This record gives sequence, C-alpha cells and structure tokens, in this order.
Amino acid sequence: MASLDDLKKRITSVKSTQKITKAMKMVAAAKLKRAQDSAEKGRPYSEKMNNIILNLSSGISDKEAAPKLLSGSGKEQVHLCVVLTSDRGLCGGFNANIIKKAKSYFAKLNKEGKELKIITVGSKGNDQLKRVYGNKIIKNISFKNSKNANYFDAEKVGKIVIDKFEKEEFDICTIFYNQFKNVITQIPQAQQIIPLNTKSDDQNNSEDNYEFEPNEDEILSNLLPKNISTQIFKAMLENSASEQGARMSAMDNATRNAGEMVDKLTIEYNRSRQAAITKELIEIISGAESL
Amino acid sequence: MSDEFKIEIVNPEKSFLSKEDVNEVVVPAFEGEMGILKDHISIISFLKPGIITIQAKSGEEKYYVDDGIIEFKNNTLSILTSYILNLKDIEKNKLLELLKNAEEESNKPEISDQLKYLADQKVETLKSIN
Repeated sequence: MASLDDLKKRITSVKSTQKITKAMKMVAAAKLKRAQDSAEKGRPYSEKMNNIILNLSSGISDKEAAPKLLSGSGKEQVHLCVVLTSDRGLCGGFNANIIKKAKSYFAKLNKEGKELKIITVGSKGNDQLKRVYGNKIIKNISFKNSKNANYFDAEKVGKIVIDKFEKEEFDICTIFYNQFKNVITQIPQAQQIIPLNTKSDDQNNSEDNYEFEPNEDEILSNLLPKNISTQIFKAMLENSASEQGARMSAMDNATRNAGEMVDKLTIEYNRSRQAAITKELIEIISGAESL
Repeated sequence: MSDEFKIEIVNPEKSFLSKEDVNEVVVPAFEGEMGILKDHISIISFLKPGIITIQAKSGEEKYYVDDGIIEFKNNTLSILTSYILNLKDIEKNKLLELLKNAEEESNKPEISDQLKYLADQKVETLKSIN
C-alpha cells in the first residue's frame, strides 16, 4: 500500500489537473458560442451560392461544353482528399472521427485501384495520417495563427485545389470535416466538391427564366471557383464549432473523472491514516502490557 | 402599390444587410452599371469592383465591393460578395492601403487581360472615393 505522503501528493496532482480541465472546458464553452454563431451566420452565403449554381447548371444547354469544375475531367482515376482537422488536441474523438472516416474512404479507393492524393488542413490530421499515408500527402496546411476560421484562409485552400485541378493533377476532390449537430454529436462528413454534385435533395423544379449577363458559361466559370472556396469555408466553420463542442464535452468528462478519482483517493488516504493510528495504538498498548 | 423590394447582402461571414424598403439599387455589373427597380426580370450577373448604391425609404447608402454575384428573383435582390465596406465608416488609411494593393496588382507584368481590367476598375473606384 502506498504511503500516506504518496497518496497526499497524488490527490493534489489530480486536483490541479481537474482545475486545468475545468478551465479548458470554460474556455471551450465561450469559444463554442462564438464558433456556433459564425457557423450559423455563414450558412446563408453558401446556401445562396448553391442555389444560384443549381439554377445555372439546370439552365445550361450544352453539357459537354460546361466548365470542367462542374462536369469533371471525364475520368475518375486520381482522387484528391482534403482532410480538415484541428490544430490542437484534447478534444475527444473529434480528430479521430474524421480520420476514421477518411481512412475507410482511402481503403475503398485502394481496393478499387484508384490513385490517392491527400491534402491535410490542420496539424493533428497530418500527425495521424502521415504514419500510414505519409507518401500520399502532397501538402499540409495549417492555420495555427488565425484565431477564427476566416474566409481568406479558405480561399487559400480553394486556390490550391483549383490550381491542382487545372494542372490535371486529380479528377475528383472530396473534403472531410465534422458537421456540427450539437455539443455531444458531431457527424464526420465526406463531401465531393469537384465535380460538383448538382443533384439537389429537395426538388424545386421551378422553371425560372433567368436573364444572364454576361452569358451562363462565363458566369459559371466565374462562380465555380468561388463555390469551392465557399464550400471549404463552410466546412471550416462547421469544423471549428465541432472542435469546440467536442473539447467542451471531453473536458467536462475529464473534470468529472478527476472528481471521482479525488474522492476515491481521499477515502484510501483516510483509511490508511486510520490503519496507521490503530497500528500505533496496538504497539503502545502491547508495550505497556509487557511491562 | 408601393414600388419597394427587398435586398439582402451576404458575405461569407454573415448576413451583412437586409432591407425591405428599397426603391432602387445600382450595382457595378461586369458589363457596366446596372440599375434595378421593382419587377425587374429575373437576372443573375456578377460584379466588378465598384460602388453599390441603395436608394431606400430610409435614405441612400453606398457600399464598396470587390466582387460578387447578384441574383434578382421575385422582387428579392441577393448580393453575394466576399468583401464589402460601408462608405460611411471606411477609414482613410484603409482606403489608401486598398488602393496601393490594387495598383500593385494592376502593374504586375504577367497579369491576364481580365484580371488587369478588374484591377484597373478597382483602382479607379478607390480613387473616386478618395
């Protein structure tokens, strides 16, 4: 049995850990509020963008001549996967969930004999993927210095993706991120952004007769690159809200576990103190009796 | 019947502006300025750097935009833009910085014609604000 001193030390150390996790939980809760706000505020933009593109692409007459970002390069051989993760750890299963989703997708591609290229955004994803897929990672982007997800960062990623697409380095692009549902639940998502999935779930087949200025093709080719950045930005916003949510619940759990541990250790401490006292008393009494 | 319609301006971060009492909007469309009144035909177009002027019941407002897409449908004008500033609370320093960046952009040698055109537009607009 550990000595009294050891137990005392352990209790203090667990208590100070508990203080840290509690503080982290508070910080995450405050940040979550902000991240959630901006995720909600960012939604109209990406939704509107999507709507316009849907309207445009349904109006396009010649599917063959459509921009490649919309119709694809005609092949499905090389897949680019953009895996969005956080830059910091201690957020429960947040990163692990994305990685798991991504890895199962990679395995599927492997089986089908497709070529795989990976871009990781956020250092945690890079850390976890580089062991197995190190030679497939073509770029690692990290926005450690930006406090919040902002559009310029998303645009940077978007530009890289589009640039690579124009150089025909890949055919299909998929992004992986966590969709924020609530504090406890985040759903890992795989979303294909190139070629764009134009099948809308809610069919609003209203035949809108739009006037276009300049013509459809030009607007589309202007709009599609923007849409890539917008989709990435949306993913980043969802991700940052999810990250804070996941961290909050993870830290809440940690705080509770630390509390339980302190209770258990205190009981053990008291017991062994009692035992020591009893032992001393027995020694004294038996010493007095022997006189 | 009133001749007011609705305008919504959104940027990636948030819904920037929403108004229901707009009489006329002038936007810097790619092929020239375009005025939009109520019951305009449904239109989609994109913007070059310039000034959006909103004539509303509550007064006139002017905004500077870098780029954007507009959609007009059922008397709702949606403007999506990645960069927008209200001319009223724009700061002199900020303006000069933007101008400098735009001038640098337009003076790059390897720039394509279209980008050059956009950058020049930007310089002109920013100068006109000054």
